[in-house]
Amino acid sequence: MSKLSQRHLLGIKNITTKDIELIFETADNFKEVINRPIKKVPSLRDITIANIFFENSTRTRLSFELAEKRLSADVINFSASNSSVKKGETLLDTVNNILAMKVDMVVMRHASVGAPHFLSKHIKANIVNAGDGTHEHPTQALLDTYSIREKLGNVQGKKVAIIGDILHSRVALSDIFALQKLGAKVMVCGPPTLLPKFISSLGVQVELDINKALAWCDVANVLRIQLERQHIKYFPSLREYSLYYGITKKILDNLKKEIVVMHPGPINRGVELSSDAADSQHSIILDQVENGVAIRMAVLYLLAGSAN
Amino acid sequence: MQKKLILDSDLLDITLSRLCEQLIENHGSFENSVILGMQPRGIFLAEQIQKKLKELTKKDIPLGFLDATFYRDDFRRRDTPAKASETRVSFVIEGKLVILIDDVLFTGRTVRAALDAMIAFGRPEKVELLVLVDRTHTRDLPIAADYVGKYVNTIESQRVLVELEAQGYKQNRIWLINNQD
Repeated sequence: MSKLSQRHLLGIKNITTKDIELIFETADNFKEVINRPIKKVPSLRDITIANIFFENSTRTRLSFELAEKRLSADVINFSASNSSVKKGETLLDTVNNILAMKVDMVVMRHASVGAPHFLSKHIKANIVNAGDGTHEHPTQALLDTYSIREKLGNVQGKKVAIIGDILHSRVALSDIFALQKLGAKVMVCGPPTLLPKFISSLGVQVELDINKALAWCDVANVLRIQLERQHIKYFPSLREYSLYYGITKKILDNLKKEIVVMHPGPINRGVELSSDAADSQHSIILDQVENGVAIRMAVLYLLAGSAN
Repeated sequence: MQKKLILDSDLLDITLSRLCEQLIENHGSFENSVILGMQPRGIFLAEQIQKKLKELTKKDIPLGFLDATFYRDDFRRRDTPAKASETRVSFVIEGKLVILIDDVLFTGRTVRAALDAMIAFGRPEKVELLVLVDRTHTRDLPIAADYVGKYVNTIESQRVLVELEAQGYKQNRIWLINNQD
């Protein structure tokens, strides 16, 4: 079967391992396409996609927009900061107004958990979740696992440590689901105040000492400290966080093995990751960005591709 | 389901030899020629033709695989999106004489998509189409092959099945299948 089990991509939790594999295989083909001199294919030429961002984003939004344009879709962009949302319009009204202009797919980022799930019950268009609050960010998890597969050949059996601000991260949750579905072993590591209490119930190991986590893992996925979501103090200072949990090239060089360093961006250089570590040969951060476009092309292609 | 053999292994061999001779007649030294096999099934035939031409002319003609899935015109009109295969074109198509190869020519829509896909790699000087089986009277588009292994009169409900050893079959055979029960 070359069809996804879902009409929407709301989260990794409710898609199957087969879905993930199909997305990866399709992304392989698109990765070849975006490395051609002419990087555009006409597949989605009769489709209009609305990128609705109720929360700030640079990378994800650019990546989606580029993926859409490479597939020849018509794209409209909407950000909440300069819209009628400010005038008090509800989410459903906003989206229905956009759909009344004959839009086929919606890519949405929203600060509230479950916003795309709510929307999927009320509208006909295909929905891609580009991040909902601290819940899920499925395309990021797909590109992360795709990048691991590309670098190490396989995700099955690999040890992946997710390090940093797990509590506020939607990437962490989606990554955990994706990695587990593909057969990787997952550890989370960070200061206890930034580890959610439920996390061990997901079947992941919990580690507080970053040196032990790094010694254990094949891949370290370093997350950003999300200061914008931290309304109370979770640790005394950024300097102290960086002393205890910051990864430097020196730490990586002192390990007895090669590990892969990932980061979903944007990096706080000198906080969770030092500049020399981010730019070292361990890092596949820019490969992640490239793969992001191929993965998003695959997701849009597969979701849009079925006749209604 | 009725199956009728339309080409057996020996005849197929003779047919391939004839197609190669025709190519040699038109391309001479193959100096500026490249071969593009169409995914998923044309690539096996393209490989065989390239090998045979090498035996006959001692020339290694560049061979690429072209996948036209993303250029198809039936996207969103089928139940499931068509599954893509690998495109592997390691040479420049700009200014080349392209020999496009597929196993069966039916509606012509795949060839149309392939022409679009090819342009993404540059502007060829000329494109020729070689097919093993040309199903006559079933074309949806004004497309014709330059080199044809065998013409077969078919109706739409019939199917042509090409079995090649390279694809894992026991022997090279081509069948005409009637789908009516």
